Amino acid sequence: MTADFRLPAGGRIDRDSALRFSFNGRSLAGRTGDTLASALLANGVHQTGTSIKYGRPRGIMAAGVEEPNALVQIAEPFTEPMLTATTVELYDGLVADGLSGYGVLAAEPDPSRYDAKHAHCDVLVVGAGPAGLAAALTAARSGARVVLVDDQSEPGGSLLGTDDNLDGRSSDVWVRDVITELDTTPGVLRLDRTTAFGAYQDGFVLALQRRTDHLGFDAPSHVSRHRIWRIRAKQTVIATGAHERPIVFADNDRPGILLAGAARTYLHRYGVQVGRRLAVFTANDSAYLAAIELAEAGIDVPVLLDARQEVPPGLSAECAARGIEVHPGHVVTGTEGHDRLTDVHIGPFGGGQADTVGCDTLLVSGGWNPAVHLFSQLGGTLRYAPETGAYVPGESLASARVAGSAAGTFELTTCVEQGIDAGRAAVTAAGFTPAAEARVPVADVRAEETAAAVLWRVPGGADDRAFVDLQRDVTVSEVERATGAGLESLEHVKRYTTIGTAHDQGKTSGTVAAGLVAEQLGANLAERRPTTFRPPYTSVPFAALGGRDRGELYDPIRVTALHDWHVAQGAEFEDVGQWKRARHYPRQGEDMHTAVLRECRAAREGVALMDASTLGKIDLQGPDAAELLDMLYTNMMSTLKVGRIRYGVMCGIDGMVIDDGTVIRLADDHFLLTTTTGNAAMVLDWIEEWLQTEWPHLRVFATSVTEHWVTVPLVGPKSRDVLAALAPELDVSNDAFGFMTWQDATVAGIPARICRISFSGELAYEINVNAWCGLALWEALIEAGEPYGITPYGTETMHVLRAEKGYPIVGQDTDGTVTPQDLGMSWAVSKKKTDFIGKRSFSRAENLRPDRKQLVGLLPADPSVLLPEGGQIIEHDHLPEPPVRMLGHVTSSYDSAALGRTFALAVLRSGRDRIGEKLYVTKDDEVVAVTVTDTVLYDKEGARRDG
Amino acid sequence: MTADITTRRTPLDGWTSRFAELAPAVRLTERPFRSQLTLRLRDAGRAAAVSRVLGVDLPETPCTFNRGAGPHGPVEVAWLGPDEYLVLAQPGLQRTLESALREAIGGTQGGAVVDVSAQRTTLALSGPRARDLLAHGCAIDLHPSVSPTGTCVQTLLAQTGIILLVRDADPAEFLLLVRASFARYLAAWLVDAGAEYREEPV
Repeated sequence: MTADFRLPAGGRIDRDSALRFSFNGRSLAGRTGDTLASALLANGVHQTGTSIKYGRPRGIMAAGVEEPNALVQIAEPFTEPMLTATTVELYDGLVADGLSGYGVLAAEPDPSRYDAKHAHCDVLVVGAGPAGLAAALTAARSGARVVLVDDQSEPGGSLLGTDDNLDGRSSDVWVRDVITELDTTPGVLRLDRTTAFGAYQDGFVLALQRRTDHLGFDAPSHVSRHRIWRIRAKQTVIATGAHERPIVFADNDRPGILLAGAARTYLHRYGVQVGRRLAVFTANDSAYLAAIELAEAGIDVPVLLDARQEVPPGLSAECAARGIEVHPGHVVTGTEGHDRLTDVHIGPFGGGQADTVGCDTLLVSGGWNPAVHLFSQLGGTLRYAPETGAYVPGESLASARVAGSAAGTFELTTCVEQGIDAGRAAVTAAGFTPAAEARVPVADVRAEETAAAVLWRVPGGADDRAFVDLQRDVTVSEVERATGAGLESLEHVKRYTTIGTAHDQGKTSGTVAAGLVAEQLGANLAERRPTTFRPPYTSVPFAALGGRDRGELYDPIRVTALHDWHVAQGAEFEDVGQWKRARHYPRQGEDMHTAVLRECRAAREGVALMDASTLGKIDLQGPDAAELLDMLYTNMMSTLKVGRIRYGVMCGIDGMVIDDGTVIRLADDHFLLTTTTGNAAMVLDWIEEWLQTEWPHLRVFATSVTEHWVTVPLVGPKSRDVLAALAPELDVSNDAFGFMTWQDATVAGIPARICRISFSGELAYEINVNAWCGLALWEALIEAGEPYGITPYGTETMHVLRAEKGYPIVGQDTDGTVTPQDLGMSWAVSKKKTDFIGKRSFSRAENLRPDRKQLVGLLPADPSVLLPEGGQIIEHDHLPEPPVRMLGHVTSSYDSAALGRTFALAVLRSGRDRIGEKLYVTKDDEVVAVTVTDTVLYDKEGARRDG
Repeated sequence: MTADITTRRTPLDGWTSRFAELAPAVRLTERPFRSQLTLRLRDAGRAAAVSRVLGVDLPETPCTFNRGAGPHGPVEVAWLGPDEYLVLAQPGLQRTLESALREAIGGTQGGAVVDVSAQRTTLALSGPRARDLLAHGCAIDLHPSVSPTGTCVQTLLAQTGIILLVRDADPAEFLLLVRASFARYLAAWLVDAGAEYREEPV
């Protein structure tokens, strides 16, 4: 079938262009300026697919975002599901298919670029129709910073779909004049193809700009395809227009049945006639204009059915003059046709002489719903206007006002006046003096002659084929079933029937459904609450929301100053928060297990080093610093002497361990404390919170210096030799430089602070230097250690070494329910201090229970079996039927080079009393026999600490 | 075996050529090794002494910074909180300034001075599209009428915290201070943000 429904003249399309596209496998042609929908209609294609539940043929019904039917899947240039044909701008080579409610996501990554941008303004105007343009112009002339967003490809709004004149000239001229002035006024940002989809508190509005979709295959790859605008406006003018709503009747869903206003838009904007022979069905004056204008364009419009008994005299006369028979008090009672409408059954409202009109198109208008979505999202209350059957904005909000048909005003001049008023009010509220009043152009539009009637549906037909929500395939019968089941709230009916839950969010069905429910319940709509409008106003691709936060920018990757060295050495990394930490350094042919055993051996037998720069570091200065530390840590810190270091445990107010680390005393009133990698920010916040809220009298300042330092533990019996080689002026002997003391010295020519701290039980020096010099230090250590076989080791080896010594890791061996006593660290809980954070909780009965879970060691009976971390500990030598009493679980589990066997740490009920007991740990579907031991499994005497 | 000054590495070592890709729309350079000190002032009476050391008054207005020159050359002093300042100076002065400032505030009785020179690195950002580039990830309104020369804010740029100084509102010139571990993320983000502006004529 080749049908040309493009009119010989008119429309805003480029008639010199020729775009080829494919729809449902058919090759078709369109013009630049077309939407996919207008191009399909120009080719006589109404049906786009079939409905989701009943498989009924469905076609284009609207001309904008309110479209409930024409869902399409774009296949080329890149797969994108669930777009409406009415909002897809046509481009050469477009390949699309109609959808039956479901789309298909692309299997491959989206190659397009997406981004976001912030914008700030005094006045944001949403909608570049007559009201929005007037508001923006008024605001711009007043010197305000203005952002004007509009979802269409060109400004003009409703004017694009009419042939109204302003000041005796095409409305184009007025629009062009306004735009020219806006575009040459400094401080005005105008965004087309941009949908404001969410309005939030404090003037925050999100908008989606479709920047290159219309370019199709020619879209430049370096330009973001979509952009999320994050707009912060002092004042917002909502001029979003209105959506036409249908009237529901039996078989109201056939291809060829459109909204009347949409037919006008297709005529005036795209030069397309939506059919050969049209019937019109309305309950208000606006559809008369569609009938008249289409007839003027030479299209056969035999009948106009007006549900009202009293019809507009002037418009009726104009219809008569064009051969359109106006039937007052008449309605559509049913339709015929399959892939396309063929006949319309008509009759008097309430029954009587029926008739059938042969036609391929039926235009319907049940009235207009103001697009109050953004206003409602902002918390604005809606009022039911019985005269138009629509929800309209209630009282203005302090920072948002509504103008034009979004406010329920449908007369063109009034819309412009409202826009000017809203613009003046907005700039005044934003602190500007409004410029002289803009002139309101003189419009030639016909005024409303006869008040609209509110008609939700034509009763008496086949209700199970009278569709309310076409996308969800919900009929009047189903609404009746909902109210029959006792549902009264519109929110409940919505969820019961799914009306309004599809891609279109009920733009054509919501108000009708509300009306039907009220009708069935015998309720007054004015006394009922409408459903709440929530963002987004229209669908927003996840890719756009994700923006540039993908690939390497998905989440910040934090690296240390030594990162490149680790990479060059082939290190495997693990994520610790946002940090990348070297986990192990596999050599050729090594797996992690082998590499870790080798690294452990080097640390225990020779010398090894690691990058511990990620440890949190906090500088504390002030006369009361020691007093603060006594409160923060469970143990006594104030007695620490200058030059010395102490390990400390921090608890929350519930007495549970939240962090641990070391405190070094630099001076009487100056300390440096370390935190675990993952808790650095938390601990600083914790300190600040206590200082600012509870102890403002303490004279202490805390400053994060985590990244100022590179920290390198040099570990192993040979570490002293390596350090001695690089720090010839430092006496590295145990007598001169004892355990848990620190000294400043020059290492490899670099000023360094060296701490005798060991997290492995071996002789160790933790060397700290300014991060700029970190790599130089590291490379010097590697070189100086070469004769001793110095070995870099990663976090996995660190874990094994510390576990062999029974040192817990906060967050791995603890989980927020573990006290220092549970960890066997009563020695680190001061008995002398009068108070510290967590102290009070230690005397709670729950904290004193003997059957608390306590940290213990586990040795599998089979020394080659590695227990699973998280494995449950039970008393049974087999897996019994549930319930099974869980005694605890494995928290850390490793193979140990030093022990020549596997071992684990675990938290176990009454653990310390069970040392020596034989228990079982679940592993897959079996149990593994284990012996409970002390936590310290290596060098119990601590003989290795001092080398 | 000693490491001399040339072996120091800044967090964005090696990024110069990637930054150059942004020109001419945006000029982005790292200002390495600058002296940076956190100053906490408990005793406001010491502000004058601090000013004498720096040659610049401490900023009194929140979210601003003062710049000038004194005995230690050009400095910038940023207001970060009611008693918190960040002193920025030429490379190599951190130790001198640390002791001079500590003396000026009367030791820890009067406040705190911490050398944080390597904690953050400094990026200088200018050019006709510099403000646009920042607008892709910074929620602060950097319009000259709202953020004039001398503005200093602590905020997020993309997903990392920054300290942003408006050295000049028109033509736009910004300093961004970013934690060393986040510097590469931010650098990658900035270079990527410039993708669109790279190919457009200025």
